[in-house]
Amino acid sequence: MTLSELRKDPDYALFKPVVEKGRKAFILGGFLFAVFLWTMYMYGTQLSSGLGVTGLNRPISWGFYIVNFVFFIGISHAGTLISAILRLSKAEWRRPITRMAEVITAIVLAIGGLHPIIDLGRPDRLLSIFYYGRLQSPLLWDVTAITCYFAASTVYLYLPMIPDIAIMRDMGVRPQWLYRFLSWGWTGTERQKHCLDRAITILMVMVIPIAVSVHTVISFIFSMTLQPGWHSTIFGPYFVVGAIYSGIAAILIVMIVFRKVFHLEGYLKPIHFQYLGTLLLVMCALWFYFTFAEYLTGTYGGEPHEMKIILYKFAGGYWPVFWSMILCNFVIPVIILSNKKLKTISGIFIASFAVIIGMWLERLNIVVPSLANPLLRVPYQVYIPSLVEWALFLAGVVAFVLAFLVFSKFFPVISVWEIKEGRKEGIEVVKERLASYQPDITTQPGKS
Amino acid sequence: MPSWGMVIDLNKCTGCGACVSACRSENNVPNVGPEQSQFGRSIFWMDIMEIVEGEYPDVRVQYIPRPCFHCDRPPCTKVCPVRATYLNEEGLVAQIYHRCIGCRYCMVACPYTVKSFNWYEPERLEDFLQFRNPDVSLRMKGVVEKCSFCSHRLQKAREQSEFESRDMEEAEYQPACVEACPTSAIVFGDFENEKHTVSRLRKSYRAFRMHEDLGTEPKVVYLSRED
Ligand code: SF4
Repeated sequence: MTLSELRKDPDYALFKPVVEKGRKAFILGGFLFAVFLWTMYMYGTQLSSGLGVTGLNRPISWGFYIVNFVFFIGISHAGTLISAILRLSKAEWRRPITRMAEVITAIVLAIGGLHPIIDLGRPDRLLSIFYYGRLQSPLLWDVTAITCYFAASTVYLYLPMIPDIAIMRDMGVRPQWLYRFLSWGWTGTERQKHCLDRAITILMVMVIPIAVSVHTVISFIFSMTLQPGWHSTIFGPYFVVGAIYSGIAAILIVMIVFRKVFHLEGYLKPIHFQYLGTLLLVMCALWFYFTFAEYLTGTYGGEPHEMKIILYKFAGGYWPVFWSMILCNFVIPVIILSNKKLKTISGIFIASFAVIIGMWLERLNIVVPSLANPLLRVPYQVYIPSLVEWALFLAGVVAFVLAFLVFSKFFPVISVWEIKEGRKEGIEVVKERLASYQPDITTQPGKS
Repeated sequence: MPSWGMVIDLNKCTGCGACVSACRSENNVPNVGPEQSQFGRSIFWMDIMEIVEGEYPDVRVQYIPRPCFHCDRPPCTKVCPVRATYLNEEGLVAQIYHRCIGCRYCMVACPYTVKSFNWYEPERLEDFLQFRNPDVSLRMKGVVEKCSFCSHRLQKAREQSEFESRDMEEAEYQPACVEACPTSAIVFGDFENEKHTVSRLRKSYRAFRMHEDLGTEPKVVYLSRED
């Protein structure tokens, strides 16, 4: 296949961003990169003078970096988990979504996984974790779970990309060496297809428990301590639910942006947004259920220190954070998503954005208030994040957009071969499957 | 194994702060300056909690000296990813400054908020080297530090008594804060040794430990104030 042939391909829209690298992308990329360099300079100031440049103190010794760590890793649950579940449940409408979801995971996981390193007082001694690592420490569980998830999800992103990369190799998209290397000699024989299919199936089954374990273990960092407000048994599932919730919101935002920018209206149809929107609403209800259970048990028992922290969130210093979290995570999404008239694509965009902000606030709300109210009466402190901390938060967001931009300029963001396969076989397969669901017809009722 | 512990009589404590300054100079505890200290960045190995009860005119102030409690089941050592804080063979909770990666997990996990962090490279006075205590290692930026029960004194006393092949006396190992206390509110010794005062004091009807419900088994016992 050559380029001119490809232009006639019905799915050319998917290759367009890769084949025609416009000036706009370069300008945007350059701008983002400049911002990123500035944030790295800010990190440099922290490296040279110490963590004193942050707003942290005693007793609030964890702040933005840990909040963002939990937040970003939460978002990473979007991808691989959702795409694995959709593939596993044979949802036909998954085809244009899975690739984007998986890319989110790989990028955000890399960003989130670096956050604890930013938070270290001595990043130069990072390797001590391997020399002297104690597996009894929840931090080590984290390192293990996250690296495992990163490995699994990058492979899971890469494997289904191979046939697409081969197409680009064949039509001579540059840089050729990249596609030749990455396509791994794919020619699309029956055997290759079979192997790929097997590999994807195995991975998607594996990836689900890994994903669940990652956020459970992150919640363990908090719940394994004796601090009131953290020492809670539901933290594991609570974090996982929150993670999937923010993850779906992130997928929706990315889908809506790409649909607009790359004109993918033909692929990402309103039905996709309707389905994912419903999923978002379900997660919203689940999240609320967990939040309600967590705070009700705390309030009803009325244990003094637990109460002190809860009141600090409800009516004390953190009331704006707490109530805007409820607004963003529950009120806005419920109003928009349960109302047919509001559940349009722009409505879903607003709801998803609210959820992203709300989930970030939720992480803030978990980390800081517990630290601000220690058991003993030590001098009271407030935590005001410094410019460096804001800059590094920005760095995370910018790195995400930049990485996604680069990815979309080298690989199609929608899996082309899966779309083609769906078009060719999808209807047949679903028809067959539907037929197999039907109850058997027996001529004489009562006898088989 | 001895069980080194401290008994602090709140009846006798006047809140004078002698223990705090003795501790600072004994252990080369860095000063951070007024600005940073207002910001919650001050470093204390021994600190005095000031608790004001009641409302004017019926006010009562209580001073509670607070070192590290050297818990027998320390929550802080459990979470350390690199074993930079651990329970040593003497039953003291020790810190290895040169291994600490500065994740501050132990600070977060200590229910008593006794650990401090070096947010910046500690500022030292010019002639610091002349009056610092050479027995206590200096800390660098980005590590956690806390009270050690003056374990360097224990080390010296142990070596001396072993050299002379005899048992260690109670007076031989006393932390700096205990020596400095003008009212003898702080008493130190081996809880297990009948000859040491602390073994008797800690059985007092006034004895209590901070948040015993947590099961951390602190080795600092307070004698509650009566009035
Ligand atoms: S008081 Fe805190 S720092 Fe000291 S041993 Fe107990 S938990 Fe660790």
